[in-house]
Amino acid sequence: MGCRVSRVVLITGGSRGIGLACARRFADLGDRVAVTYNSSPPPAEFFGVKCDVTKTDEVEAAFAAVEEHFGPVEILVSNAGITKDTLLLRMSEDDFSRVVDANLTAAFRVVKRATAKMMKARQGRVILLSSVVGLLGSAGQANYAASKAGLVGFARSLARELGSRNITVNVVAPGPVATDMTAALGDERMKELTDAVPLQRVANAEEIAGVVAFLAGPDAAYITGAVIPVDGGLGMGH
Amino acid sequence: MSQENFDRFVKVASATLGVESDKVVREARFKEDLECDSLDMVTFVMDLEEEFGLSEIPTEEYEKLSTVGEAFDLIMAKL
Repeated sequence: MGCRVSRVVLITGGSRGIGLACARRFADLGDRVAVTYNSSPPPAEFFGVKCDVTKTDEVEAAFAAVEEHFGPVEILVSNAGITKDTLLLRMSEDDFSRVVDANLTAAFRVVKRATAKMMKARQGRVILLSSVVGLLGSAGQANYAASKAGLVGFARSLARELGSRNITVNVVAPGPVATDMTAALGDERMKELTDAVPLQRVANAEEIAGVVAFLAGPDAAYITGAVIPVDGGLGMGH
Repeated sequence: MSQENFDRFVKVASATLGVESDKVVREARFKEDLECDSLDMVTFVMDLEEEFGLSEIPTEEYEKLSTVGEAFDLIMAKL
């Protein structure tokens, strides 16, 4: 990768799971990688910025720190997210709005901040991590699925708004991935999940990171507003 | 209208909209003469807010601007 230009990449929620796999992938490509984290810091090789993406002032401070360290963000991966699963009848309004705030409104916060600079640079890549359940639905995850579906409409609107500035906005929709978030589901629920997947297994985080890196790379220059499933076939047809 | 403020305004217009300074005259129309689209206008207004230290100008106030003169008068009225 000797002659490749080193790009400035910011990944939210980059200290573990899919976010960390993305950070590693971009670092391997020679990019300058910054990650935000909320609780556990990322490995030392990454520029970590503590940031609660539900707080606008913390998002602003995180971007300021990254710009100070590396310069303006050229590739944004909005990945941070939470779950608060329960059936609708037991779901409080707070359970619903907190998940939407962390998964959807947080994407609004970071994308708004990043694209202001990308517009001036007249280039940029935005990749939002959604989920197969955004389009497929998932019993017990109405809040999470709603937030992940919301990202699709958000991304596609921005693809239209920002296309003239050479900024692409795409969505990656993973199926079940082996991360802390899915480990919390328990063995029985995991078996149910993998039984429903045509490829009969969960993904590893690197398989998601590869698609994210592709969308950020030169081969994806003409792709915008796309929802790329990386789900072993689970969401086919959606 | 102060010449100094208008010069600052022209400087921002030229940098943000990528047009020659001498094209930024009061009569110039953003869309027809300066070839601005709606995104250009938003970034222009944001840069003007920053240059003149103004708080956020509501969308409905700037979206009806059609000429440089109207935009300059709006900014001056906010100072």
